Amino acid sequence: MTDAALDTIPMADSDELESPARRALRRLMRRKGAVAGLVVIGTFIVLALFAPVITPYDPIATSWTLVRKPPSALHWFGTDDLGRDILSRTIYGARASLMAGAISVGIASGVGVPFGLLSGYRGGFIDALISRITDAMLACPFLILAIALAAFLGPSLGNAMIAIGITTTPIFVRLTRGQVMGVKVEDYVEAARAMGNPRWRIALFHILPNIMPALLVQATLSIAAAIIAEAALSFLGLGQQPPAPSWGSMLNAAQRFLTNAPWMALWPGLAIFLVVLSFNLVGDGLRDALDPRER
Amino acid sequence: MLSFLAKRLAQLVPTLFFVSILIFSLQHLLPGDPALVMAGEERDPAVIEKIRQQYHLDKPIPVQYVYWIKGVLSGDFGQSLRNNMSVLNLIAQKLPVTMQLGSMAIVIAFMIGIPAGIVSAVKRGTLWDYGANLFALWGISTPNFWLGIMLIFLFSIELGWLPASGYVPLSENWRASLASTIMPAFVLGNAIAAILMRHTRSAMLQVLESDYVRTARAKGLSERSVILKHAMRNALTPVITLGALELGTLLSGAVLTEQIFSIPGFGKLIVDAVFNRDYAVVQGVVLVTATIYITLNLIADIAYILVNPRLRA
Amino acid sequence: MIRQSGNRFSEKIIFKQEHEDMVTVTMKILRLAVMALALLTSSEASVRAETTLRIGLSDDPDILDPSMARTYIGRIVFAAFCDKLFDIDEKLNIVPQLALSHETSADGKEVTIKLRPGVKFQDGEPLDAEAAKFSIERHMTLPTSFRKSELASVDHVEVVDPLTIKLVLKTPFAPLISQLTDRAGMMLSPKAVKEEGDKFGLHPVCAGPYKFVERVAQDRMVFEKFADYWNKDNVFIDRIVFLPINDATVRLANLKSGSLDLIERVLATDLKDIRSDPKLVLSTTPSLGYQGLTINIANDKNKGALSQSEKVRQALELSIDREALNQVVFNGEFTPGNQWISPTHPYYQQAFPIPKRDVAKARALLKEAGVALPVSVDYMVSKGAETEAVAQVVQSMAAEAGFDLKIRVVEFATTFKESQAGEFQIFQIDWSGRIDPDGNSYIFMHSKAPQNDGGYSNPEADKLMEEGRLTGDFAQRKAIYEKLTKILLNDEPIIYIYHRKYLFAQSNRLEGFKPMPDGIVRVIGLKLK
Repeated sequence: MTDAALDTIPMADSDELESPARRALRRLMRRKGAVAGLVVIGTFIVLALFAPVITPYDPIATSWTLVRKPPSALHWFGTDDLGRDILSRTIYGARASLMAGAISVGIASGVGVPFGLLSGYRGGFIDALISRITDAMLACPFLILAIALAAFLGPSLGNAMIAIGITTTPIFVRLTRGQVMGVKVEDYVEAARAMGNPRWRIALFHILPNIMPALLVQATLSIAAAIIAEAALSFLGLGQQPPAPSWGSMLNAAQRFLTNAPWMALWPGLAIFLVVLSFNLVGDGLRDALDPRER
Repeated sequence: MLSFLAKRLAQLVPTLFFVSILIFSLQHLLPGDPALVMAGEERDPAVIEKIRQQYHLDKPIPVQYVYWIKGVLSGDFGQSLRNNMSVLNLIAQKLPVTMQLGSMAIVIAFMIGIPAGIVSAVKRGTLWDYGANLFALWGISTPNFWLGIMLIFLFSIELGWLPASGYVPLSENWRASLASTIMPAFVLGNAIAAILMRHTRSAMLQVLESDYVRTARAKGLSERSVILKHAMRNALTPVITLGALELGTLLSGAVLTEQIFSIPGFGKLIVDAVFNRDYAVVQGVVLVTATIYITLNLIADIAYILVNPRLRA
Repeated sequence: MIRQSGNRFSEKIIFKQEHEDMVTVTMKILRLAVMALALLTSSEASVRAETTLRIGLSDDPDILDPSMARTYIGRIVFAAFCDKLFDIDEKLNIVPQLALSHETSADGKEVTIKLRPGVKFQDGEPLDAEAAKFSIERHMTLPTSFRKSELASVDHVEVVDPLTIKLVLKTPFAPLISQLTDRAGMMLSPKAVKEEGDKFGLHPVCAGPYKFVERVAQDRMVFEKFADYWNKDNVFIDRIVFLPINDATVRLANLKSGSLDLIERVLATDLKDIRSDPKLVLSTTPSLGYQGLTINIANDKNKGALSQSEKVRQALELSIDREALNQVVFNGEFTPGNQWISPTHPYYQQAFPIPKRDVAKARALLKEAGVALPVSVDYMVSKGAETEAVAQVVQSMAAEAGFDLKIRVVEFATTFKESQAGEFQIFQIDWSGRIDPDGNSYIFMHSKAPQNDGGYSNPEADKLMEEGRLTGDFAQRKAIYEKLTKILLNDEPIIYIYHRKYLFAQSNRLEGFKPMPDGIVRVIGLKLK
């Protein structure tokens, strides 16, 4: 065969081959729930980013004459027990909650994934040690650990994020480890080893990219759980400090006024529900989209 | 099988050891002095010193740990700093409460999660799928404390159908007992329903595409029969074992729910103890629940293997 | 079961069919179990014509042992089962309970107390002078007893005759009798104490109208009428059950639905709702305590502006509009105040009324003190929806005068330690209040007092506080305290903001309930329709 003959064999057109990421995205877009979720999340992110520009009032500006007023043209969501505009506080609260979700999961995956890689790939005593510690952390009730950690670090939004991050870490360790153990016997890993790649390189460049889908799904679902956890900690007084708004602390204050001013509880609760539901839908959608079985 | 069991049992000890260290250090690193908390408004330095001595609070932390572990191994979990009651007594008093709440929650979770998962899998991609998804998902999307408050508002304050709080033991009056636990059980069960739905859905999807079901369809059996009699049976087994594991999630959720509904179970006990720096109570309860949780895990794994012969090899 | 020649498919069918039978059998068993359970538990307790009073408390008490107890909520429960030597009436006068009379010697160092004859403890033991001496000595000597400081002035107790005891004091101490109207004066059965030691609190035996039946932690405390109570003719209800319910909204919901008959610590913002409900009755009475800002004067490591000059503290006080605060947070239901006792208390000094808010004067004072604006302050608040609301109002008001109060919400348990260690510049803290005005002032402001976390020390003030303890004469004491108030309002170690009211709501089935000035429910004379 001459080179010319080889040249005449047409190569597959580059856009007939789809990269896995592209395929996943396409499948994700097909699931209406996930799309709706993405839209909602996007909206809240925009609201949070542009809060100073869009809020009609200062979220911490008190007004003794406007205490607990029901929703009206002036205050769309009504006012709270210190006369502050609930709409503005809800929008600013999005910042606290979204940050709490992102940073907690950032910490959890940033710490959990390396340990999971280490544990899964190395095996042996290190694996046993890390696994036992992870099991121990998972055996304790999550909220108790978070409460104790937050109390230890001191009540503040930042510390609440750290506390939630640390208590979510074992989930990522265990997930990563499981994935690594499944993947490390695959051919391409064997091949990489045969080529003499050092272990850390294999872990980082061969294993990690292949377990990303599962991690991504878990990260999305964990953000949802972290937002609820932040609300719970703030509800207990261990999160965002007054007068800065956070959905959880708004719910805490609203408890005493259920019959007098139910709108105080309605809006932050609804906000949490929408955001968390969206993350859950996106996470489930991702899981389906990244499912290798589906065509 | 036996070697598997032995290996898992051997893992139990170090895990529990780490649990004990974890919860002990977390408690003792908390700011605040439990003797001072006990004293409250009555600040008498001599008495506070006496309390510190009595509970070994003046000793270095590792020493206190040894005291505690020695006690635990001989069956003495210490006493509550707050009301002098023995921790074991408190646990014994409250375990049935949380068990009742937990079982009801799991039943509710099964009733919501499994049908939702089946519908979602069978009618995948249709409106039924999304509907069932939403129905189960809203359980983990609502903060359970908010849901609890809303339910109290609706069913106790506005409608007056159910008591707002409190707990009536099953042995005393089963109707009142059900009435007092149905709302908190629903709040707890909701969250687990979502997780069960996911498991059911993925298990069903797997089974629906298996050769087994394909053969059943090929045989001409009605779709309904395929799903109800054949697919479900296979799919449900792992789901049930996984459901039992959710006892861990249950306790986490129970912490706030019991607080709001004033149910005297483990959750309320732990939360109050953390805020009161009642070390022995928190440590004792966490140790007990961790043991239960790990044991349940073990049983679930064994059951899973027993039911799924392929894994035995 | 049709066994077919083995191929995997039919094996699975067999497996499924066996599985099917297993499932059916399990279901049958489960169904039987549920039916059996229903049958067993369907026999409800036979209905007795027994009246039960269900009282909703805001928290679970600590130990039910009068020597070791330290919570206010515990005192409410004690009133049901543990009588004391003396009690108070609505006007804060000392009245007899287990003791009939008291007499103080001329030099103030001997107090003779005559006991009521014919009183029995709930285990049948008689209350005599020996038992009274035993009880008081136990309060004084039990290593973990919190009553020691209350009885610190007592040197020893003597038995004069079977119904008379004499307390011999180290120094005269006018507030002593007031102490005997609280836990320090509660009489315990010596037999029970000797048997249980410091576990007495798990099965307490006293001489009150109801006796202890059972306690389920965080759930309920049950008491039954004591048949041999000395005042049994005025006890009409058979059982009392205390139910701790932390959430005020839930407590009220229970009252409205009829699950409770009486609740304490109603939220000020719920009063309108209760007043408009025909089935509920509201009772209020001013509290003996206060809510205020304790300023760290001597122990502030950062030497903040507030700790350096009383002008800055006065400026802070002038920036607060107490009326508006009361209105916003409490719907105007509580009482603004500026002294350590409420304006309705007989010892309140009319010469020093509550100052109106004056931001201009506050700013002028700050200028005089020469501090740079804004004055940044660490403002420690203990966790709680109401306290945090108050803090935010104070912060907002003080901001206009040039203060930047940085709110730091701290868990209740941690506040004690931080306060003791001086880790605060302002500490917003409540005091539940004592009958005697000395109980609201000495322990916080005397330089050597144990709860003086701010480290305030003024020898003139010290002298006046000590003087106030020596005499029992009202006019004399009031004059002494007037001088003291003048000094304190200048130095401002504590800025008093408001005084709560004890707020009780009850169902209209309950008759005879009168709230007392200490906020504790007296169970004598209560009837359920």
